[in-house]
Amino acid sequence: MIELSDFLILGAILFCISLAGIFLNRKNIIIILMAIELMLLAVNMNFVAFSHYLGNVDGQIFVFFILTVAAAEAAIGLAILILLFRTKRTINVDQLDSLKH
Amino acid sequence: MKGIYLTIALAPMIGAVIAGFFGSRIGRTATHLATTAGVAVSFVCSLIVFKYIVLDGNPTFNGSIYTWLVSDGIRFEIGFLIDELTTLMMMVVTFVSLMVHIYTIGYMKDDPGYQRFFCYISLFTFSMLMLVMSNNFLQLFFGWEAVGLVSYLLIGFWHTRETAIYANLKAFLVNRVGDFGFLLGIAAVAMYFNSLDYADVFAAAPMMSDVTIQIIPGHDWSLLTVICILLFIGAMGKSAQVPLHVWLPDSMEGPTPISALIHAATMVTAGIFLVARMSPMYELSEVALSFVLIIGAVTALSMGVLGLIQNDIKRVVAYSTLSQLGYMTVALGASAYAAGVFHLMTHAFFKALLFLAAGSVIIAMHHEQDIRKMGGLKKYMPITYWTALIGSLALIGFPGTSGFFSKDAIIEAVHASTIPGAGFAYTAVLIGVFITALYTFRMFFLVFHGKERMDEHTREHLKESPWVVTVPLVLLAIPSLMIGYVTIDNMLFGDYFGDSIVVHESRDVLAQIGASFTSAGAFMVHGLITPAFWFAMAGLGTAWFVYMRRPDLADFAKQQCLPLFKLLDRNYGCDEFNDKVFAAGSRKVGRILSETGDAKLIDGYMVNGSANAVGWLASVARYTQTGYLYHYAFAMILGLVGLLTLFVMV
Repeated sequence: MIELSDFLILGAILFCISLAGIFLNRKNIIIILMAIELMLLAVNMNFVAFSHYLGNVDGQIFVFFILTVAAAEAAIGLAILILLFRTKRTINVDQLDSLKH
Repeated sequence: MKGIYLTIALAPMIGAVIAGFFGSRIGRTATHLATTAGVAVSFVCSLIVFKYIVLDGNPTFNGSIYTWLVSDGIRFEIGFLIDELTTLMMMVVTFVSLMVHIYTIGYMKDDPGYQRFFCYISLFTFSMLMLVMSNNFLQLFFGWEAVGLVSYLLIGFWHTRETAIYANLKAFLVNRVGDFGFLLGIAAVAMYFNSLDYADVFAAAPMMSDVTIQIIPGHDWSLLTVICILLFIGAMGKSAQVPLHVWLPDSMEGPTPISALIHAATMVTAGIFLVARMSPMYELSEVALSFVLIIGAVTALSMGVLGLIQNDIKRVVAYSTLSQLGYMTVALGASAYAAGVFHLMTHAFFKALLFLAAGSVIIAMHHEQDIRKMGGLKKYMPITYWTALIGSLALIGFPGTSGFFSKDAIIEAVHASTIPGAGFAYTAVLIGVFITALYTFRMFFLVFHGKERMDEHTREHLKESPWVVTVPLVLLAIPSLMIGYVTIDNMLFGDYFGDSIVVHESRDVLAQIGASFTSAGAFMVHGLITPAFWFAMAGLGTAWFVYMRRPDLADFAKQQCLPLFKLLDRNYGCDEFNDKVFAAGSRKVGRILSETGDAKLIDGYMVNGSANAVGWLASVARYTQTGYLYHYAFAMILGLVGLLTLFVMV
């Protein structure tokens, strides 16, 4: 029998992976976008698990909204990424430090 | 009557504004008409006030015109106190000022700064009137500073002359020293009396006579003594008493009319007026009176001696002014306030006369002021000669002239006085009489009699001055001759001053003299047997003998006492002392403050230091700003975790 805690641990692992993906990543900005998506999925996992064990569908409805918003966000994020690439000719994270100046 | 009082004060100011702002547009004639008219209006109104207050015996006026502000219960007001003392001062100031305005038309007619000059002298009249008409310390201070400012502007009137700039700066600085004491005095009044109004302060003064303060911890000083001496230090600055006298001789750099108006007749008497006005306070402090007496006696004698060796005609008159101011101060110290003010009035007339006569001589001599290069001017300038003779006789106190009555009264008063220092003061003023006669007639004989020592060119152009110059001379000669005889009865021994001057009964020396006074004529006859008269005659005789009969004697004496002569020539070393100690000393202090205080401490540590600190802090903090997105995201997560921890734990 799979316990609630198993799902929560899975969510936590996913969240940590995505965090690490943001911080440790030195290469590609696309990986940051993917890590953010993964972070949302980790949250979704918690929502679904609690919804199932508490017998309440509200959590699953939230998941739909989150997925929708995540899709929209990914679309916008990629669009921005393309613009960024057009102006800077790079999507390498280490070279994108114009905030400093 | 309020309207008339306002008119008296404001009419000269309107004249000054017209001359100052529109002078160049309306031209010379309109300028001097406007300013002279303003002062004439003041003079006429003063006469009306005199009739109203003194002759008709109406009550004195004491009221405020305008309240500037009220702070912590102290009212700062502009107000007038019009009593007998004020009325007298108003008449003297406006009359002398009017004469000087008329005289200036002739004296300054070729000067490019004609309008500016009229603006200043009218402004001066306004300031002086504000000073004497004031009913509170604040307005007194305003007038006090305003006359100081105008004096500064006028001494440096010929602002391209280096000596004039030096002189006006000196006058300003020396007056600052006096004003510092004056301001402290006013502050002490405000602190202890909680009012700046004369009436309030004078009413409360007797209750304060036992109050002591500690300026140096452990030493109790009487409050009133401290206040009176502080106020008198201000008076010493304005009235040029030793040791603050150094500015007055130098102020002769200014044009002659203002020497007559400001540095002889009116402004320098502000200090005398101040002490007379404050008589209810001075009467409560014998120490302060003694101080006043001794300072006055030292001034009267030492400055007269300096007059003996001057060769500049204006400087001789200037030193005689200093000496005469000393006489007035002596009178104040002896509690003979009425005699001091009486001498102030007679002196204003005859000294203005002497100055204007000197100016008339200077015009005729083409601005040559050295009396060694004059001589024999009598036949060229008869009006100037006779008026100058009257002025000189009044100055030495020749019986019958105005100066005789006032000076003799002062000497008698000092003789009768019993306060500490009176014996010294009596000796000093008696010797002073001899010296006064000596230097006055030395100047007179050298200028108007004897050999004609000017060069040929000047001699050809010698002629009497125009009527705008001689009319004021004649108009001033009349009071110089008459006013003492006419007014002594009322002013000294009558009750002219009423309540405006308070004298403690035990010190009322004038009343003692008054007990044997019958009439001005008898006083004059009595004057013939006093030592003062014989001293004056001895001085006159010596001057006649040395400078008319045996001119070689003067040089002989000079050779014999060369060190003494040099000491006198250097003003007892006062100027050098001031230059070396005060000027150089304060420059040194200033340099130290500028180098360590300003450059190092403020600029180095505070201004640049705080900028450097910010720069250093920023250079450290800059390392946290990498510009990498993931660093910012990490910081956000850290913050989030921190906040969550805080939220869960607490």
